[in-house]
Amino acid sequence: MNNETIKKITSQRLFLPIFCLILVLLVNVITTPNFFSISIRDGVLYGYIIDIINRASELVILAIGMTLVVSASAGTDISVGAIMAVSAAVCCNILSGGERAVTEYASPLIVGFLAAIIVGVLIGCFNGFLVAKLNIQPMVATLIMFTAGRGIAQLITDGQITYVRVDSYRLLGASFDGIPIPTPFIVAVVMVAFTALLLSKTALGMYIQSVGINKKASSFIGIKSIFIIFLTYAYCGFCSGLSGLIASSRIYSADANNIGLNMELDAILAVAIGGNSLAGGKFSIAGSVIGAYTIQALTTTLYAMHVSSDQVPVYKAIVVVIIVALQSPGFARWRKSLAKKKSMNITQKEAA
Amino acid sequence: MKKRVLSIIAMLAMTVSMAACSSPSAPTPEDGEGDDTNVSSEAGDLITVGYAQVGAESDWRTANTESFKSTFTEENGYKLIFDDAQQKQENQIKAIRSFIQQDVDYIVVAPVVETGWETVLEEAKEAGIPVILSDRMMQVSDDELYVAWVGGNFVKEGETCGEWLAKYLEENGRGSEEINMVTIQGTIGASAQVGRTEGFNNILTQHDNWKMLDMQSGEFTQAKGQEVMESFLKSYDDIDVVICENDNEAFGAIDAIKAAGKTCGPDGDIIVVGFDSVKAAFESMIAGDLNATFECNPLHGPRVAEIIQKLEAGESVDKIQYVDESYFDTSMDLETILPERAY
Repeated sequence: MNNETIKKITSQRLFLPIFCLILVLLVNVITTPNFFSISIRDGVLYGYIIDIINRASELVILAIGMTLVVSASAGTDISVGAIMAVSAAVCCNILSGGERAVTEYASPLIVGFLAAIIVGVLIGCFNGFLVAKLNIQPMVATLIMFTAGRGIAQLITDGQITYVRVDSYRLLGASFDGIPIPTPFIVAVVMVAFTALLLSKTALGMYIQSVGINKKASSFIGIKSIFIIFLTYAYCGFCSGLSGLIASSRIYSADANNIGLNMELDAILAVAIGGNSLAGGKFSIAGSVIGAYTIQALTTTLYAMHVSSDQVPVYKAIVVVIIVALQSPGFARWRKSLAKKKSMNITQKEAA
Repeated sequence: MKKRVLSIIAMLAMTVSMAACSSPSAPTPEDGEGDDTNVSSEAGDLITVGYAQVGAESDWRTANTESFKSTFTEENGYKLIFDDAQQKQENQIKAIRSFIQQDVDYIVVAPVVETGWETVLEEAKEAGIPVILSDRMMQVSDDELYVAWVGGNFVKEGETCGEWLAKYLEENGRGSEEINMVTIQGTIGASAQVGRTEGFNNILTQHDNWKMLDMQSGEFTQAKGQEVMESFLKSYDDIDVVICENDNEAFGAIDAIKAAGKTCGPDGDIIVVGFDSVKAAFESMIAGDLNATFECNPLHGPRVAEIIQKLEAGESVDKIQYVDESYFDTSMDLETILPERAY
């Protein structure tokens, strides 16, 4: 009975990703006793845990888009970081009216936000067109925006950091008065909920999975495979544009060189850590979200443990290898065979 | 068909990225480089200087160019022949040869790369034209091929920072107090990070009451600087000083400090300093958030002019010459300095 419940829990799809996240967090119980303490400072929640859920927000949003892209097209969108830079550049440039540093909006905030999101979606559509319609390998297709994106952002901002020093511009990356929860976290939660609803209340989630499993067969039963793939890239562009805005609001500026730098790799990693297959098909948004939080938890943990900067990448790599290996099919097989041996031993003993 | 489309797209991508990479407007060679072959006779008693610049890839570089153009003016007794090599060594070699042909009095080079200069420097030596290097070094077998090198010194910047801090603490009556510090380092391995860390460490070891609690990399960005500072603030209750290895990291650190309900700047709990002295750093100091910023000076022109004057007078000059890199803190009249900043 007891054994069965354990089995039930461990066989859950999300068991391993959650297990890994808890493992990373547990390390802190030993090394940093105050890691889990949360207090309120200046009307905002304050603590390492809050840092994790706050800082991971951009990655969570990117991971949502990336999961859908991976599922539908069995490929990755490596341009998400560059799209973030472009959307931030567009937004700040509109708000500053072309100046390099302003303390007043040149145009309404909403215009900047909308333009940034629209640019993100447009770039996503461009990627989607290349992948879905022209059938270009996703990595090659998105490589174009990966290389060109930052250049475009540089052109928009004239190669300099554009500052928008208006308090209301910082709200998206900080917190609203009277609300103790950081805004990025709220946005991330809303995005996850919205996407989950969209996928479960419509047939979209199923369509994406079926296209990912077999594009041709899906076409035969009447699913517009090309359109579905296109849609996932457009949605990924939307997610990237949004997280670009958050990243930009955090530093109230557009830094074309650094916003979203290397984020595409983290987003792909989040999808993988979440137990999703990069070969497409079945997917779990929740898994990717947990993956994203795991990555940020790892970074924050390493800071809290005072690991010196030049060694951080090594520790990160070790943990990631362990997490990915734990979830690999090879490991699963080994575990199964181990369990079998055990049960055989038990039956043998009982027989004796 | 598919392949063709792909190749067209690849071409497009290359064009776009090339367009994006090329600098907005490369300044054209000034003062008619080709048409007057005998500049020195035409220029009378002006000293003719040829400057082979790297290009115009950054604000820092643009400021460097401006520094030469504003120093070597006719009013100051110079004639400057400026050449923009657009990041290509062959262009620079061509420019140096053309300087030799024009029989200039001095050649100044900011080399794109360190190696491959022997031949052209020999030519300059044979023509009897002294060569002065700016910014980056050259690796040549014979040091005599150039007269002097002028450039910045990251280690010195770090030391200046340490010395400033010692003085500042002394002035505030905290000279013998226990001072807790953290450093937000630059991108690990970058020469600016290595030099500044080393320089500050040289001063740190001289003070027994200074305690470096932690060092983490903020990768020279504001976002990372903020993230690292958030973590520092949770690990250590009593931080007195934050050393940020560039100004952008300092901006992030300041935001994190404020978010944690603490104050910084000259009137605050935590002393924050940065490096580079970009314009935004002045705005931050005026706002009372940043204490000081230590310059990475692109204005090499005046120092090169000084060397030339010494050579004209027949004096000998030091081979390695670091430019004066000053610092700016909140005790200065920043409102008047800010509009004059070139970068």
